[in-house]
Amino acid sequence: MTVESTAARKPRRSGAKRTSAGNAKKQAAGQTDLVQLLTPEGERVEHPEYSIDPTPDELRGLYRDMVLTRRFDAEATTLQRQGELGLWASLLGQEAAQIGSGRALQTSDYVFPTYREHGVAWCRGVDPTNLLGMFRGVNHGGWDPNSNNFHLYTIVIGSQTLHATGYAMGVAKDGADSAVIAYFGDGASSQGDVAESFTFSAVYNAPVVFFCQNNQWAISEPTERQTRVPLYQRAQGFGFPGVRVDGNDVLACLAVTRAALERARTGQGPMLIEAFTYRMGAHTTSDDPTRYRSAEERELWETKDPILRLRTHLTKQGLADEEFFAGLERESDALAKRVRDAVRAMPDPDDLAMFEHTYADGHALVDEERAQFAAYQASFVTAEEGI
Amino acid sequence: MAAEKMSLSKAINASLRTALENDPKVLIMGEDVGKLGGVFRVTDGLQKDFGEDRVIDTPLAESGIVGTAIGLALRGYRPVVEIQFDGFVFPAYDQIVTQLAKMHARSLGKVKMPVVIRIPYGGGIGAVEHHSESPEALFAHVAGLKVISPSNASDAYWMLQQAIGSDDPVIYFEPKRRYHDKSEVDTSAIPAPLHAARVARPGTDLTLAAYGPMVKVCLDVAAAAAEEGKSVEVVDLRSMSPIDFDTLQGSVERTGRLVVVHEAPVFLGTGSEIAARITERCFYHLEAPVLRVGGFHAPYPPSRLEDEYLPGLDRVLDAVDRALAY
Repeated sequence: MTVESTAARKPRRSGAKRTSAGNAKKQAAGQTDLVQLLTPEGERVEHPEYSIDPTPDELRGLYRDMVLTRRFDAEATTLQRQGELGLWASLLGQEAAQIGSGRALQTSDYVFPTYREHGVAWCRGVDPTNLLGMFRGVNHGGWDPNSNNFHLYTIVIGSQTLHATGYAMGVAKDGADSAVIAYFGDGASSQGDVAESFTFSAVYNAPVVFFCQNNQWAISEPTERQTRVPLYQRAQGFGFPGVRVDGNDVLACLAVTRAALERARTGQGPMLIEAFTYRMGAHTTSDDPTRYRSAEERELWETKDPILRLRTHLTKQGLADEEFFAGLERESDALAKRVRDAVRAMPDPDDLAMFEHTYADGHALVDEERAQFAAYQASFVTAEEGI
Repeated sequence: MAAEKMSLSKAINASLRTALENDPKVLIMGEDVGKLGGVFRVTDGLQKDFGEDRVIDTPLAESGIVGTAIGLALRGYRPVVEIQFDGFVFPAYDQIVTQLAKMHARSLGKVKMPVVIRIPYGGGIGAVEHHSESPEALFAHVAGLKVISPSNASDAYWMLQQAIGSDDPVIYFEPKRRYHDKSEVDTSAIPAPLHAARVARPGTDLTLAAYGPMVKVCLDVAAAAAEEGKSVEVVDLRSMSPIDFDTLQGSVERTGRLVVVHEAPVFLGTGSEIAARITERCFYHLEAPVLRVGGFHAPYPPSRLEDEYLPGLDRVLDAVDRALAY
């Protein structure tokens, strides 16, 4: 596993609109670039194309989002271990990529996630307890996608990139001043649907941002099994810009996504963002990463921890004191307890729920089978009452 | 508009035109549907009149066509997608089965999927591989999808209107070898319910059940059988999901015999389901086992052999005779 250098970067001459041309030159030189605004040591650095000037409140807000999301995620993992959830897909390590990109969104923007975007859901105002229904097995998605402009989790890899593209085509038809963002992983980049979504979004100039969280591993398959060129460079072949951002740098993720969304909203078409990050935990709770990757690799990435580096920055700059961190700790505990209680209180669905919503306009066979099953179930009740 | 005689393909064209006129959210999408008017000219003139934003020529990527149609539906549009030929639907099969079919249930009814997928299907036109298949059972098996096929111009017009009006995803199989068959279309009529079967010809001795391209064959069979003094009823199912078993049951209770005819392979096909259900429903009315006539468990053959593969007059008559012999 090659770990990209995040140190020296040459300033770019091109503006945002010329990113593609800029990338082309770097590709020719065989370089890979990584947009970074906050180093692993917590130092602010500038980038010529993607500058950002967050207020202290915004910085503390981003930190809070990441801490609470990590705590929620840890609680869900624990709940799985305790048998309360059938499965959990942890986002540990990817908080900056998700909070940075999620906080770049405007209310009217629309999100198409995979099944790991718990941090983005948080930014959209989806109650985290709603994310747990599908993992507990009581539904396939427990929220109204249109309430928060946050689509349901999509488990088949890459399918949602086409939904995002189609939705964005609709946004363009409506003349709406909003954009769409599609999340997917490095593994999904191998899927035909992702390639087709690139094609469609480019030829229709759809206002969609493709946000690839390259967390280095698609279950046990490394990125090298998905691609022989850096993922962000894929965009060039489809005719739109791609950029690689330090996915553990919340400020860089925020700045780059904000620029990409604005670019989409103003009719300049799609853009690919590759957030170079790392999945610290297992793919899901069913996975065992010790079988396919080294402890050293994880330890190396721990030094790039997204939360730690912002904490260092806040502390060094005197933007947050111990009281702030202690308060956040209490808030985390309260969130964890709320999540724990909500999961344990989650009722199993009604027996007949499986028939509901199969069709919007009804279907004779479903009606027949539901009636038969209801009668069958009722026969037990009658028998018990008879005793 | 009053009643008018038109070909099945013209009826579809008229239906699409009406849908585009009536609802600005209706979109036509597919390969070559614009300037060319589709490889069968079914969408002829629509892009000229409604523009490239409503009649959308797409990249040659079936999964992309259906996947983006899903996204457009999520945004409030009503896409009518054309898949150029039956055998080309499989690159989109994943999107249809894992996404389109399940979105309404997955969202607990919060999102609707008013997407119609038009698929010219079936053989008999001397085409090359992948241009003559009948994959309807693969779609009918998937909960969340509705699957229909018209057999004449009037149904082609009205069933497409109803499919576009439905909030469920509908797979609309067009019998391509009947595209040029003309019949009366009354565009001001009140159509039958979308999933109701129709008794296309009444009879008393045996029921032939068919849909799409096989309805004409079955009507020819009934006419031939009549010359031999046999009264054959023909039921046009029109819908393969759901199937109107009530109408079929009524017919079989009258005739006591059923032969199901379709082009698709018999094994695990629509006819298998019909045979099983009708046996459950009409066991004491049946004078003979339900027989099936259809394609074989072999890839659709090269076109020089397709007349042997497709159920024709003689094979269906043979099944009729066998059923009547019990």
